[in-house]
Amino acid sequence: MADLLELRGVNTHIGQYHILHGVDFAVARNSLTMLLGRNGAGKTTCLRTIMGLWRASAGTIRFDGSEVQTLETPALARRGIAYVPENMGIFAGLTVRENLIVAAREGEPDDRRLDRIFMLFPAMKKFWHGLAGNLSGGQKQMLAISRAIVEPRKLLLVDEPTKGLAPAIIQAMIDAFQELKRDTTLLVVEQNFHFARSLGDAVAVMDSGRIVHRGRMADLAADETLQQRLLGLSLDTHQ
Amino acid sequence: MNRKWLPLVLIPAIALAALPLVPSLPTWVTLTVAGLAMGMMIFIMASGLTLVFGLMDVMNFAHGAFISVGAYAGASVLLAMKPAMQAQSLSANLSAIVPGVIAAMALAAALGWFFERVVVRPVYGDHLKQILVTTGGLIVCEQLIHVVWGPDLIPLPRPATFTGSYLIGDAAIERYRMLAVVVGLVVFGAMWLVLNRTKLGLLIRAGVENIEMVESLGYRIRRLFVAVFVAGSALAGLGGVMWAMYQESLTAGMGMQVMVVIFIVIIIGGLGSVGGCFVGALLVGLMANYIGYVAPKLALGSNILLMVLILLWRPRGLYPVGK
Ligand SMILES: Nc1ncnc2c1ncn2[C@@H]1O[C@H](COP(=O)(O)OP(=O)(O)OP(=O)(O)O)[C@@H](O)[C@H]1O
Ligand SMILES: [Mg+2]
Repeated sequence: MADLLELRGVNTHIGQYHILHGVDFAVARNSLTMLLGRNGAGKTTCLRTIMGLWRASAGTIRFDGSEVQTLETPALARRGIAYVPENMGIFAGLTVRENLIVAAREGEPDDRRLDRIFMLFPAMKKFWHGLAGNLSGGQKQMLAISRAIVEPRKLLLVDEPTKGLAPAIIQAMIDAFQELKRDTTLLVVEQNFHFARSLGDAVAVMDSGRIVHRGRMADLAADETLQQRLLGLSLDTHQ
Repeated sequence: MNRKWLPLVLIPAIALAALPLVPSLPTWVTLTVAGLAMGMMIFIMASGLTLVFGLMDVMNFAHGAFISVGAYAGASVLLAMKPAMQAQSLSANLSAIVPGVIAAMALAAALGWFFERVVVRPVYGDHLKQILVTTGGLIVCEQLIHVVWGPDLIPLPRPATFTGSYLIGDAAIERYRMLAVVVGLVVFGAMWLVLNRTKLGLLIRAGVENIEMVESLGYRIRRLFVAVFVAGSALAGLGGVMWAMYQESLTAGMGMQVMVVIFIVIIIGGLGSVGGCFVGALLVGLMANYIGYVAPKLALGSNILLMVLILLWRPRGLYPVGK
């Protein structure tokens, strides 16, 4: 089966800065691809370029069979891409419920999907009428993910879902992503290697605006020297 | 939660603080109603501007032109229907007021739509250019008003049934002010319902916080913004014609004159917050009337002082919008 998402030679400039220098990788359907890399490698820029929030200055992005690098962000969303940004982008002045109503483009959130969200993240039910701004960091992350799945989407782009979360919550997040994987394709940026190895099927590693490694997550997880070289970390020191 | 009602307490607090300064209770009642009426009209004129700023970070000084043009359009209808305005019958008065208000809102909305396309759209993201270009637009509109309606002040009598006062005890309350309070409450209530009970309103509130995220969820923010801009312009037109009837006259410069107060109000309220704009407008209206009575020379200064004090307490206004 063809890949759901494919980037070829993607270049991105932010103002006068040249950030992405020819990014090539693909995300297979019904898989979870991890995008790893050191701070400043260009991971967020890569997701933002896919989402149309930065415009690719060269290269092609194919999604679900057609070239999309010239589409505007709302059009990309309508084609089935959902984006959970690094800062989560929740609407703090809206309640949890209102956040999900906004995310449900086609009308009211569907009950079956809401039940699934409540099963994944019980806090969403508990704080249903609470202001999103009053949620804890972890709960905000859960809300941001809930918003991305309140309607069926083909591809979820998630930027550092475990950022700033306590270890216990990270485990809950891993469980939630296991469940999400069953029916969605995901591209996830992560710094937490434990999280990445628990969930990733495939992996792409970035450095200085380029992809420097592509392969199966399991292979990278088994090769500490490679991890050390690509990410400057070893399994034991970085949890 | 307590953070929500705290600014509301300021309204009765200012009213009570003024009580010992004013010589008699009836005077105080009169001034309080006058302040609330003024605040309501300022709110109607300012509410659109705060949303426009909150949504797209656009500094639109031409908002004052929508106020003036609305006032002139409305006044033209009202003056043309003089017999209906002068009749001592509410229904006759309304038969002039309703088309007058529609004309004011429609012309201001059309002008707003034109401005958004032609003047504001090319200068997104650049505050300096926005200030220059929209101020230029405001001046051009004022000159056009001179051309169309002439340079002189135009007297605009109030409709007969809203002339004069009610007497409550010893306090005289102008009928027109009561009308302004009622219209202000209706507009605020309607805006509250739209913003809190409709999907469009949720999108506007979400967009004020984070435009990129609203777009990432699949909505074209541009359309939303044009809708808000046009609706806000229509409200400016409504506020303009109400303000002109309140002053019983209109000039091309009236929009520019109230813009100072409007900016103070939307800064006090928190840029992008309709609730804050409402509270801020009432505070400014009350303050202007009490101080204007007790120490007329301090009237404008008092509003600036109010703004400074509120910003010292809450640097981003009474109801800061989370960005
Ligand atoms: N708005 C911007 N303006 C200028 N440079 C930027 C901007 N955003 C990102 N950059 C630069 O682009 C490079 C890549 O940034 P990016 O945020 O994509 O990295 P990242 O891999 O997501 O890093 P992190 O792991 O810290 O989130 C960095 O050098 C950063 O300084
Ligand atoms: Mg990043």
